[in-house]
Amino acid sequence: MEYNGGAVVAMVGKNCVAIACDKRLGVQAMTISTEFKKIFQATPKTYLGLPGLATDVQTLAEKFRFKINMYKLKEEREIEPRTLAHLVSSTLYERRFGPWFTEPVVAGLDKNNNPFICNTDTIGCINFAKDFVVSGTSTNQLYGMCESLWEPDLEPEDLFETISQALMNAVDRDCLAGWGAEVVVITPDKIITRTLKSRMD
Amino acid sequence: MMSTVPSELPVTAPIEHRFDPYVDNGGTLLSIAGKDFCVVAADTRLSEGYSIHTRYVPKSVKLSDKTVISMGGCYADCLTLTKRIQQNMEASLVAPMWYRHAHGKTMSTAAIAQMLSIMLYQKRFFPFYSWCILGGLDEEGRGAVYTYDPVGSYEREACRCAGSASSLIQPFLDNQINFKNQASERRELSLDQVLRITKDSFTSATERDIYTGDYLEIFVITSNGVELQKMGLKKD
Repeated sequence: MEYNGGAVVAMVGKNCVAIACDKRLGVQAMTISTEFKKIFQATPKTYLGLPGLATDVQTLAEKFRFKINMYKLKEEREIEPRTLAHLVSSTLYERRFGPWFTEPVVAGLDKNNNPFICNTDTIGCINFAKDFVVSGTSTNQLYGMCESLWEPDLEPEDLFETISQALMNAVDRDCLAGWGAEVVVITPDKIITRTLKSRMD
Repeated sequence: MMSTVPSELPVTAPIEHRFDPYVDNGGTLLSIAGKDFCVVAADTRLSEGYSIHTRYVPKSVKLSDKTVISMGGCYADCLTLTKRIQQNMEASLVAPMWYRHAHGKTMSTAAIAQMLSIMLYQKRFFPFYSWCILGGLDEEGRGAVYTYDPVGSYEREACRCAGSASSLIQPFLDNQINFKNQASERRELSLDQVLRITKDSFTSATERDIYTGDYLEIFVITSNGVELQKMGLKKD
């Protein structure tokens, strides 16, 4: 996680979920890019966050794109977030003794528009959370922020403000993350994607 | 008869000696300065590894009617350092003379702050493993927070959190006390608001940090003196 840096956080709201990431790509202390996104759209209502080693992030993003497309062709329907979580888990556990260096986050609404979020460790152990999940190099800071800012049943706009404040203040205390952020709020009828300006140091 | 095994040769192996004088006893402390007050808070858990030694042991000590010191890190070092500060408030470090007895007055917060920096740096090559936060009122009666690293580098700030849950709480203080990443103008916070933020910080940190919990001690320093409040935290 510490080689390239980066942070991802996801939160549950009232009939909505939000997922956010920073945009830094670094090689240890040196910043290489400030346009490196770590969250990917898996289905119309599901996003996958992949913080960690950048080479594995890109490889896995393509691998999951392939697997999600194959699922859609075979099943003739979109993959459910919970199913995607287990797909992620088993894909990571295949590499049990030489793992992908990433801790994925899944956030989305299922077919009944119920919010779903989870994250896994590098070998695919799933943590199903009801409130929020954090991942990447700023986990401590994000836990502190989320634990004090988050509350149940936030409306989409309030959820956006909460997750944005949590992420920005967390990454400002982490040298390896930050340099802009991207926030996605998923609601039953629309997806709100916003790019945040933040401290560039 | 010749034996191929030199059984009678003495076997010598180097014995490793290691001097390991530090332990991390965990715990979290924070201090916030206001317009005419200062809040110093710390949890009371004393732990080592996965075990809790004591659930109630104060990390903060009142040094004068205007100053409170709070320390985390190695508890043995913190005790010794606190004792030496109190001793030097009677006796100054720079010259072997007793401050109160030499000057006929109690040390000011700024004087204690400078002295603590010198005391920590004097042990530059065998430091006290302690994270110190000094809170109090300055000569003009404004709230003052001084923070230190273990070797005496210090700075006066508006607020600071140190210890095991500092990485959880400090971003929250940046946001709520210094209004970082907020469009609204920076404004003075009342004592009630500061106390609420302090309590929220610790209840949140206790959820995720195993070294923080049990009880919270809050020292409120105003021109009327020092008042101590206690609050329960989760004990798991």
